[in-house]
Amino acid sequence: MTAERRTPAPPNITLIGMPKFQRNAKKELANQQLRNNLRHATHTIRDKRVKVVDELPHWEELRLAGEAIKNRTLRHLDTYLLQLEESLTRNGAIVHWATDGAEANQIVIDITRSKGVDEVVKVKSMATQEIDLNEALEEAGIAAWETDLAELIVQLGHDRPSHILVPAIHRNRSEVREIFLEEMGRYGTPPPEGLTDDPAMLAGAARVHLRDKFLRAKVAVSGANFAIAETGTLVVVESEGNGRMCLTLPETLISIVGIEKTLPTFADLEVFLQLLPRSSTAERMNPYTSMWTGVREGDGPQEVHVVLVDNGRTNVLADEVGRQALRCIRCSACLNICPVYERVGGHAYGSVYPGPIGAILTPMLRGVTSEVDQSLPYASSLCGACYEVCPVRINIPEVLVHLRNKVVESHQGINAEGIVMKGGSWVMAKGRNLALVQLGSKLAGRLLPGDSIGPIPIPGPAAGWTGARDLPTPPKQTFRDWWVKEHQNTPGTKGKP
Amino acid sequence: MNVPTGTVALFATCINDTLFPETPKAVVRLLERLGCAVDFPLSQTCCGQMFTNTGYFREAMPSVRNYVETFEAYDYVVGPSGSCVGSVRDQHPMLAERHGDPGLQRRVEAIVAKTYDLSEFVVDVLGVTDVGAYFPHTVTYHPTCHSLRVTKVGDRPYRLMAAVRGLTLVELPDADQCCGFGGTFSVKNSDTSVAMGTDKVRSVLDTGAEYVVTGDNSCLMHIGGLLSRERAGVTPIHLAEILARTEADYLSGAVSGMGKVTR
Repeated sequence: MTAERRTPAPPNITLIGMPKFQRNAKKELANQQLRNNLRHATHTIRDKRVKVVDELPHWEELRLAGEAIKNRTLRHLDTYLLQLEESLTRNGAIVHWATDGAEANQIVIDITRSKGVDEVVKVKSMATQEIDLNEALEEAGIAAWETDLAELIVQLGHDRPSHILVPAIHRNRSEVREIFLEEMGRYGTPPPEGLTDDPAMLAGAARVHLRDKFLRAKVAVSGANFAIAETGTLVVVESEGNGRMCLTLPETLISIVGIEKTLPTFADLEVFLQLLPRSSTAERMNPYTSMWTGVREGDGPQEVHVVLVDNGRTNVLADEVGRQALRCIRCSACLNICPVYERVGGHAYGSVYPGPIGAILTPMLRGVTSEVDQSLPYASSLCGACYEVCPVRINIPEVLVHLRNKVVESHQGINAEGIVMKGGSWVMAKGRNLALVQLGSKLAGRLLPGDSIGPIPIPGPAAGWTGARDLPTPPKQTFRDWWVKEHQNTPGTKGKP
Repeated sequence: MNVPTGTVALFATCINDTLFPETPKAVVRLLERLGCAVDFPLSQTCCGQMFTNTGYFREAMPSVRNYVETFEAYDYVVGPSGSCVGSVRDQHPMLAERHGDPGLQRRVEAIVAKTYDLSEFVVDVLGVTDVGAYFPHTVTYHPTCHSLRVTKVGDRPYRLMAAVRGLTLVELPDADQCCGFGGTFSVKNSDTSVAMGTDKVRSVLDTGAEYVVTGDNSCLMHIGGLLSRERAGVTPIHLAEILARTEADYLSGAVSGMGKVTR
């Protein structure tokens, strides 16, 4: 099987069948290399982001503008999508509509086959990751070559991306060197003799390896950061220039665009081209911003296809609380700031979109049915740091809590947690119910020696808490009792006792 | 300083009532010292966020209703918890709206407007930062996420601590980082929670402080639980308990030299 493959095989797991977040997290937390890489990388980019954001006195206004433009677009998405199709067609692009990933993949396969080629070069794209395009092409006998440096590292490493912007954030340079030495020669130009882990030398090896693929390719596949309805212009924002090679050299260009990437007018880019680079790479402006509007004779690809993909987005749009997630511009600021992501990394989420945005977007795109998708809304301490940095003001904690409710509502029958919550609900309904339960805590306080309780080896929440944390011994007197004793003659009168 | 004319209802919160009674006691001492008439309506229970944040919206409704019924007759509701106050202000309106009860929604909105975190009430309503407290110890302050980002108490706790005589505040590295408590997150995702808490504890230890202070006993229970398990020798303490202590308490022996309430 492996011998027949054209491209490196990804790890033998399907994301949808991943175990739940908690189990993945426990495994990843023990990965010292990952913890070190992530701590260093996330802290560095956090500090840089604050600096470039603080430079703009009108940052909050930009965020509000970004939110408003996206909200308007989503409110009238049907109109803007048709306008986008019309503008694209007018400029010579061929527009395709795909309900789901399978349809989108088939469109790419058919176009590529019609060109009589068996390989494509790829611009880094989350949409193509989401629909697992590379594996669909592989099965159709077409090799998809990732050309973004980090995506190349991931692909050659038989690995999965673990970050939206920096897919190989979990790898350090010595690991990259090993991957290049081991794999590069099997799939094209090998690395030079005496390859060290010097970043410049590693980048040089990738440049030579990719050059051959760029010059050979007849078909390129990209995503798009923005699609302008008014003009039919697609925009790709990147750092390396490898994307631009794909967007300009091959004869045929196929762009996979999520329908929520639409922006009404060209002028709207003014807002997003300020918000995106500062939030993602913490740069004032990214090095390469490529824009193309259909076909221009004698310049760039002479056949331009745009595949507009739904793949669950209209379901998200139908969710009044959750639809704000469609504002996402894939900047990764929420991943970089997230204390949970920082410690467990992207793979623990079992989702193409990791981190806080993945914890809300993925369960909405796929539905809260699988074990992993039911666990994702709980993969957060609700600290709110993600909402604070989000350039389009997605209230991620609000959506997380909303989705937790959906998970709870989806449960059939009774379970232990549900019983505890129902009991707790009764306790908290009345002061006298709480006082009754406190008889138990006071009794425990009398029976248990010392100020704190050590490990409780009974499976469940008590063991979860006391595995690494002491629990305070409950006091023999509650505040309630103290108050009543102190105010025997003047108890609280206004509230009902 | 302004002395409010109305009665201040203390919202002790269920966790303080049950596990940390010294904190609401301190709030009573502090507010009475500052001239307030304080009441503790016995019908009170909980803000309900344990239910809400775990996804059990229906189970949170009795808490929402009880909060309204308990406190709506008062002029001010003051709670020593950025998180519980934040839940009342941020989540009760959402829950009432989803429940489809416009009457309750209006009552919730009215009560949200007069619900304060302790530090907000003292600084904004009473207009005081020097509450006459004395605490001759080195402390570091963890701002806690919900105080910081939901209730948005801002620099009020720092201003209150700056005026406490004898207190030395050492800045906590990475103070705005979550400690990893997160309510039921602490048991549902206990491994990640502990990993986050361990980093917080490391920051606390790096300060060399005797006490780690927060405005939230739930986060403090998590940080304190790790410190206790490690026998780290740093004591967790709620901000209210610092603000309540006066030099007279120490001289009279009501508070020991180690800062522990003895009476």
